[in-house]
Amino acid sequence: MNEKPEKLIDKKGLRLDGRKPDELRTIKFEVGVITNADGSAYVEQGKNKILAGVYGPREVHPKHLALQDRTVLKCRYHMAPFSVQERKSPAPSRREVELSKVIRESLEPAVFMEYYPRTMIDVFVEVLQADGGTRCASINAAALALADSGIPMRDLVVACAAGKVEDTVVLDLMDTEDKMGSADVPVALMPNLNAITLLQMDGILSLEEFESAVNLALEGCKQIYPMQKEALKTKYVSVKEENKEEVEE
Amino acid sequence: MATVITRVKQKQIAQLIANEKRLDGRDLLDYREMKIEQGIIERAEGSARVVLGKTEVVVGVKIEMGEPFADTPNEGVLTVNAELVPLASPDFEPGPPDENSIELARIVDRGIRESKTIDVDKLVIEPGKKVFVVFVDVYVLNHDGNLIDASALAAMAALINTKMANYEIKEGEVKIKPGYEPLPLRKHPITVTCAKIGDRLVVDPLREEEQVMDARISFAFDDDDNICAIQKGGSGYFEPKQVFEAAKIAKEKANQLRKKLNW
Repeated sequence: MNEKPEKLIDKKGLRLDGRKPDELRTIKFEVGVITNADGSAYVEQGKNKILAGVYGPREVHPKHLALQDRTVLKCRYHMAPFSVQERKSPAPSRREVELSKVIRESLEPAVFMEYYPRTMIDVFVEVLQADGGTRCASINAAALALADSGIPMRDLVVACAAGKVEDTVVLDLMDTEDKMGSADVPVALMPNLNAITLLQMDGILSLEEFESAVNLALEGCKQIYPMQKEALKTKYVSVKEENKEEVEE
Repeated sequence: MATVITRVKQKQIAQLIANEKRLDGRDLLDYREMKIEQGIIERAEGSARVVLGKTEVVVGVKIEMGEPFADTPNEGVLTVNAELVPLASPDFEPGPPDENSIELARIVDRGIRESKTIDVDKLVIEPGKKVFVVFVDVYVLNHDGNLIDASALAAMAALINTKMANYEIKEGEVKIKPGYEPLPLRKHPITVTCAKIGDRLVVDPLREEEQVMDARISFAFDDDDNICAIQKGGSGYFEPKQVFEAAKIAKEKANQLRKKLNW
């Protein structure tokens, strides 16, 4: 295991990776990365490397799960055995079952579920490398993959965590801060609707600290949102250019 | 079937709540009548039954010797499990724990763990080798809504009720001595859940209210009014100001319960 660093925030108020308290990690989004999927996205957030793929709307399996008035959104959050320091068993852990549920519930408000009755939409999230805040990065990737699949949505879903590290409220915790800090508050937001679709917390926070952590996380979400939109645009610009070349040939 | 009944009742429930009333005549921010009994299972080291309206949850605590986790060699182990027993609701099925029971167990676990309720340092027999493992098993016996608050209360009541055997180490062997000591506890977290129905927040939702709610949010508060765990659930959303409103409601309700229970 990694050695315990003495201080998570130095005298200048900077964090282990040199970030300011309200600074996000470097984020990279890429859309349409899996040719077989109806929609897909890849995200790097700090050292997190996460893939999301969407299949559907398609036939419901098993059939008795079908709903007559809307689609069934299914979500599977899964960590690769090599994604963490000590090998993780590939069998789904209780943590992964819970995260699959909360990620699904963070996406459902954004999807026009009633457009596709008697169908199922599968969202698969694979964490290839974990570096703290995987649920938030997973939601960012899954929302992009859903949008990429062309399923009508009310808004994108953006997620970001805030937390408390040595009495400072900080944005976008990395692994060491998550493990050694005193609280972690992941938040997912539909920015145009000002709607929080995921909120969890563990650690210890006063009511005031909690409010400032949520507000900071929301600010983080609002910074990530344009990057998500840009990633979607980039894919469709490249599709258009490909088509243009074909015509010219 | 649940969905058919729900559609008919949905409007009624929403209308009542818009007029600040509930199906059972309660105000929006009232809990149902609550009854807590401790020590109901003699075989368990600790136990409690919580009856909240018609919701009933039993928690049994068992303590065994086991190995500590590699990254915490000087700490005892806490394990929380929840069973949605099939006799408790037409919606529960036998079989391995589904996402609902896993989520319930993990919410109860987080409230106890993050508040550092159990003094795990005192559960070490031999550092790195032998510690006490505290198993908290949540058993839902009748589901009429708000399983989260009822289970968290029952778990805490059972932990307060838990007695550990005395022991001594003789020639490297652990020997049980006569007499008991209470499980070392530092905190008494209380979890309060708010459901959003229409644009209103209600506490202690009934099962029928849960079937029509947009979303729920649960807050665990420790003895010093700090939040130690939060979980939003359900397929809807909260506006930021509703989250803060729910947090304030939960804090006030947790304080009221704490006074009443004398925790």
